[in-house]
Amino acid sequence: MRTGREDAGVARASDEEHYANDGDDTPPPLPPRPLPGPQPSHEPHTAAAADRPALQSKPTTAVSSMNIQTLSFPDGTRGTFTSGGDDPSTKGSENVMIPGDLASTRGPNAGPDELDDNMSVATFAPTLRPPGDLASLLAGGPSKRSPAWQLLRSQSATVQPFETMRLDEDETLSEFPKEFDDIPDESDKDWSDWDRLVLWKSKLKHYMVLSSAGKPIYSRHGDLALINSSMGVVQTIISFYEGAKNPLLGFTAGSTRFVIATRGPLYFVAISKLGESDTQLRAQLDALYMQILSTLTLPTLTHIFANRPSTDLRKPLEGTESLLSSLADSFTKGSPSALLGALECLKIRKSHRHAINNAFLKSRADNLLYGLIVAGGKLVSVIRPRKHSLHPSDLQLIFNMLFESGGVKAGGGDNWIPLCLPAFNNRGYLYMYVSFLDGQDEDPATPTGAHSIHEETAIILISPDKESFFALQQMKDDVVAELQKRGSLEIIKTAARQGRPKVAEVAPGLQISHFLFKSKANVQFCMSALDPTFSDPVSHRRLMSLYHNMHATVHAKHAHLKVIHCVGTDSTSLAWVTPIFEFYCVAGPNASRHVMTQGANRVIQWAKREEERLFIIGGGVF
Amino acid sequence: MADSAGAPRPSSSVKLVLLGEAAVGKSSLVLRFVNNDFQENKEPTIGAAFLTQKCNLPTRTIKFEIWDTAGQERFASLAPMYYRNAQAALVVYDLTKPTSLIKAKHWVAELQRQASPGIVIALVGNKLDLTNASAAAGGNSEDEDEESSGAAGGDGGDESGDARKISTEEAKTYAEEESLLFFETSAKTGHNVSEVFTAIANAIPETSLKSTRGPGASNAVSRGGDEQRVNLTGPRGDAAKDSCAC
Repeated sequence: MRTGREDAGVARASDEEHYANDGDDTPPPLPPRPLPGPQPSHEPHTAAAADRPALQSKPTTAVSSMNIQTLSFPDGTRGTFTSGGDDPSTKGSENVMIPGDLASTRGPNAGPDELDDNMSVATFAPTLRPPGDLASLLAGGPSKRSPAWQLLRSQSATVQPFETMRLDEDETLSEFPKEFDDIPDESDKDWSDWDRLVLWKSKLKHYMVLSSAGKPIYSRHGDLALINSSMGVVQTIISFYEGAKNPLLGFTAGSTRFVIATRGPLYFVAISKLGESDTQLRAQLDALYMQILSTLTLPTLTHIFANRPSTDLRKPLEGTESLLSSLADSFTKGSPSALLGALECLKIRKSHRHAINNAFLKSRADNLLYGLIVAGGKLVSVIRPRKHSLHPSDLQLIFNMLFESGGVKAGGGDNWIPLCLPAFNNRGYLYMYVSFLDGQDEDPATPTGAHSIHEETAIILISPDKESFFALQQMKDDVVAELQKRGSLEIIKTAARQGRPKVAEVAPGLQISHFLFKSKANVQFCMSALDPTFSDPVSHRRLMSLYHNMHATVHAKHAHLKVIHCVGTDSTSLAWVTPIFEFYCVAGPNASRHVMTQGANRVIQWAKREEERLFIIGGGVF
Repeated sequence: MADSAGAPRPSSSVKLVLLGEAAVGKSSLVLRFVNNDFQENKEPTIGAAFLTQKCNLPTRTIKFEIWDTAGQERFASLAPMYYRNAQAALVVYDLTKPTSLIKAKHWVAELQRQASPGIVIALVGNKLDLTNASAAAGGNSEDEDEESSGAAGGDGGDESGDARKISTEEAKTYAEEESLLFFETSAKTGHNVSEVFTAIANAIPETSLKSTRGPGASNAVSRGGDEQRVNLTGPRGDAAKDSCAC
């Protein structure tokens, strides 16, 4: 009784590969292999599949029956693909990917003896070939299936990813909905210190920032009294390694990964049970560092600690805890933007974007550095000087400040915010004029929050001149008037309200549930709508974990991977990386490789076709 | 930016700045005044926010151009930009936090030293809802009983006592010495908030009012010390010198 996983182009891999790159720790134990549990009743298809023997004629480790395929890709390249995967040397190497749940891919009758058989699936070998040779499993063979299988296939799309969630397997995420709840502080008499500590430990993700002298600066969870001792331990461990001139980068305890980043006088620690890679966690810590720099600038930070290494940095950072926390929470919830290091733009017609850029450029104030129009957290238009481009990490900080943390929006009115954009220039401040357009020109009595923050349009004007508020305010008024005249504001609002494209709109009939597409040249990405499958936080986190896993695998240092196809109990996923784009998609557990491939090709063709609508190419330059 | 040209009463702009320690409720006072709204646990203001609100007096209309500044220490060096040419200032402290009055006194001193000579300053003790207000706050406006009782009733956590740390007398005496307007308010209940702004509007001397955008709009002023400016043209190394002196 096999459940038809022959398409899995993946070897079973476990967390040890995941951590193997770090080399400074011992691999964690393999995850326990679950005993076959009762099949959930809402899985008729799986049962049906289990009743069909010999969906696969060979053991999964064998060479698959495909031979050589020449494929054309939307980017114009051609790739020859030998469906190898039988080279034992590649098996279990790092170019493999592990859906954590793969082990539970059993049918009801699968005995423990069969587990190994089912789990060792072929890897795809052609990863070390010359660049022209785009790898792939991009050719399933549905023609070989029996008619019954075809019928079954037609139903497989009805199973959405993560539909078969089982709590026992999901222990890690079962607490996720409570992840962002506050830990009561000391004044709450109903809570003992012990209870609070237990609650603190139950959090899946922690971020800590401390000075190299060991003074706590920031912790996502828990007040100072609660975490002081933990901070002390962390500082001791880190400085021990620092003292030995062998900086500690990370370690693992149980299923928890600790990653440490030392940035100047500061230590950053990420503690995660969510399975992100070290590189990803380190990028998150870097974003927190950027946020701190954005508040203080690098010279100030250096100066503070050069004079007094024991300074308590919380005072100078006062008021920015909420920015750090919203940044941290966006990582914990799973942010495609942070994962891909790219921006998301609002999809509008090229001519509309052009008109908006022109209106924007026309009203430009003299001392403007950058001008942005943002709707629903997505970039609509950018204008910038020819010699300065905007760095995504800077934009991430701005978007976080405006759209994730409520501070700026809540106050109403126009804001004038000094901030440092570290990737642009970490030595000085710029001044940012922010005005949210909705509700402002209408009835002022509209209660705040009547518009969802995801539909709000904001104009952001950045200048190096701190006296330029009124000049920029004038510019904003002009831009708004101009946009209104051209009807562009309505277009922006409509597009923002429409939200992200649904997969069904992108390419009708696809069985893919969700995709991410990053255009490398533009450092921008687009994705399909999260509703309804991934709208709740847990499904969203699972989706993002899947993407994080694939991302980590394809970006692992020595993995010259181009395509990866993973099959798990609850989902099938595909990643495809070329010099031009990165593509990731997820489908239900029964989607075949053929379906995935077809879906990937169609989405990529769509993205190519719609490129100038999906992405801002160049922007307005002055 | 509705133009008030059509209004029957003469209308004039007044530049008003709010100063005070972090988390005393400056933004909440403004939010109450401008939108008649209140938000629990509002996140700190970053930089400053600029809002406008009209205040109708019997003889004229005052259009307040309000600079709501962030109270954190690191923004202090930017304050002159906001109070320069201001005709009115609201210096806010927290009735339940003694250090906030000390900070308020510093702001008053700085304003008297540096701001325009005719500036109208109001000292405002906020968070009256956290005190046993009904008796203590009676002095200011007896006609708002519902609010006082609401404040006293809403203060569930502190039945044992009054969170007030600064007595009305202490602050009032100081305000009289420095000839400041003085109010105790609650942005949460709305108690006394509009009264503060009305009192300021009345206290602004007619002569200092200009009919169009007032001195508040003096945006072209550029002081010498632009040390925080990022030089876009020069090499990055010497582009900017941060000026935070902490």
